[in-house]
Amino acid sequence: MTFSYATTLGSASLPNPILTASGCAGSGKELSQFFPLTQLGAIVTKSIMIKARSGRATPRMAETPSGMLNSIGLQGPGVDHFLANDIPWLAAQGARTIVSIAGETVEDYAVLARKMRNLPGVVGLEVNISCPNVENRGMVFSCHPETARAAIEAVRRNIGGDLPIIAKLSPDVTDIVAIAKEVAHAGADGVALINTLLGMVIDTNSMAPKLAQKTGGLSGPAIRPVAIRAVYQVHAALPQLPILGMGGITSGRDAFEFILAGARAVSVGTATFGNPTAVIKVKDELEAILVEKGFSSVEQAVGYAHREVLE
Amino acid sequence: MQAELVSNKRVGAYHHMSFSVGDLASQALPGNFVAIAVGGEASSMILRRAFAIYRSTEKGPQGGLIELIVAPHGQGSRWLTNLPVNSTVDMVAPLGTHFGIPTEPVRALLVGGGYGSAPLFGLAELLKSRGCRVDMVLGASTANKIYAPLEGKRAVSSLTITTDDGSMGVQGQITDVLPEIITDKEIEIIYSCGPMGMLQAITQVSEQFGVMHQCAVEEAMACGIGVCMTCVLPVTGEDGVTRMLRSCIDGPVMDGSKVIWDSKRKIPEGTFGA
Repeated sequence: MTFSYATTLGSASLPNPILTASGCAGSGKELSQFFPLTQLGAIVTKSIMIKARSGRATPRMAETPSGMLNSIGLQGPGVDHFLANDIPWLAAQGARTIVSIAGETVEDYAVLARKMRNLPGVVGLEVNISCPNVENRGMVFSCHPETARAAIEAVRRNIGGDLPIIAKLSPDVTDIVAIAKEVAHAGADGVALINTLLGMVIDTNSMAPKLAQKTGGLSGPAIRPVAIRAVYQVHAALPQLPILGMGGITSGRDAFEFILAGARAVSVGTATFGNPTAVIKVKDELEAILVEKGFSSVEQAVGYAHREVLE
Repeated sequence: MQAELVSNKRVGAYHHMSFSVGDLASQALPGNFVAIAVGGEASSMILRRAFAIYRSTEKGPQGGLIELIVAPHGQGSRWLTNLPVNSTVDMVAPLGTHFGIPTEPVRALLVGGGYGSAPLFGLAELLKSRGCRVDMVLGASTANKIYAPLEGKRAVSSLTITTDDGSMGVQGQITDVLPEIITDKEIEIIYSCGPMGMLQAITQVSEQFGVMHQCAVEEAMACGIGVCMTCVLPVTGEDGVTRMLRSCIDGPVMDGSKVIWDSKRKIPEGTFGA
């Protein structure tokens, strides 16, 4: 039996379903010292914003049980620097790139989408809508159906061509299925599930929040069951909507869990901080598991946990 | 890589730990650090712990060695210091920038706080081998937190010790003794490693005396390889622009006069992208 490790996310064809997670791989340069980026299904870049950002004050990070909190604040040099430096470099590596974009206003998303047209090596757009909306009291776009829709519509109207749009959703909502339906109607070709969960750690020596920004995003294996639940619920409600799954994946077994729940591809994030080659480990392990379980393709295993299980 | 623990000795408040790392040892320079996974396979501690390299030996009876001085402060470092000899650990090394070595012999002062003295002994040997005169000042809160091994002192012309409680050397802080030493020994460059507050204080003294100052900074770090952006600090570049640089790959060794100190919990005004 021949096995196919290829997968798709909308119109993007990927040789394997293992991607980096946005914000956990920079724009690829650092990780390329450890493995060729062509080994990845795709590299998902750090979220790109219109202007340069210094990010938040330190401390920005706190380790938590089986996880970590971060409040980086989207530090980066801005989209024009990214287009001039990172995109040509990634294209020269032969990497498949999914650019993550983030905005503070609906117009930001529109402007960024226009700048993403016809870029070499770019196979998709991940739209990070877990950002505060400065025009609406800092409310996070992805936490409300109307603002989530507005951001995705702005991207859809401006992107042109057939570059797939993947909306990255926050788990900090009452009904993630409702948000997924909204962004799908607004023109998203898929959803990325899940972004970090908002958390806090208090330092019991200083008796004050450990992070300068007080709150931060929780990631790592601690959040995996929340992510699996979100993927399972969205796949059950919208079986045709491609899902990029993420949240605490450190092994092929973890990635397999996401595929079974309904993800067509997965992103490895925080695990890279502990092990620079974690993405490659996950890739090799998942392939072995799929073959061992008798699947002939990734496609066959997607959502397999939803079948009627006969006792 | 998998590194075997070949020796683990308690020295005062610290552990001196040697790891067999093969050829990797030849790539390590004073100032570089290593990152070690802690807690074993089922650990709930997902991040590596970073340690400055105390010494690296290319060829010994046990092959290439990397030696560390570890303070068992937290859960991760306690797990590490409790490991029996012959255990293996998962280590990424060498990481970060190293101390810059002058091309001409100079009069150098090495200043260490607590276990921050660790990388300075290898640096002292290297500087001495290049014809530099090397003086050293070590400070800590109390005597058992001074790390100054006999073999490490060979390359040093003079060693001054300060402790807050006066249990060893001069009672007081490092900065109390610096002005006199800088003047007497006609110091041209200071190399330092230790807590951020101490590095800031040394920077003030170095600027007062017009002496260059290379310091190895310490910021909480998640990845150690430049992707997570947690270990940043504001540093002013050649172009006069202050940016949030990563202490793991843009450092840990930095020019003290370029670091914007006292920036904990705030981004300095005028920082790029602020």
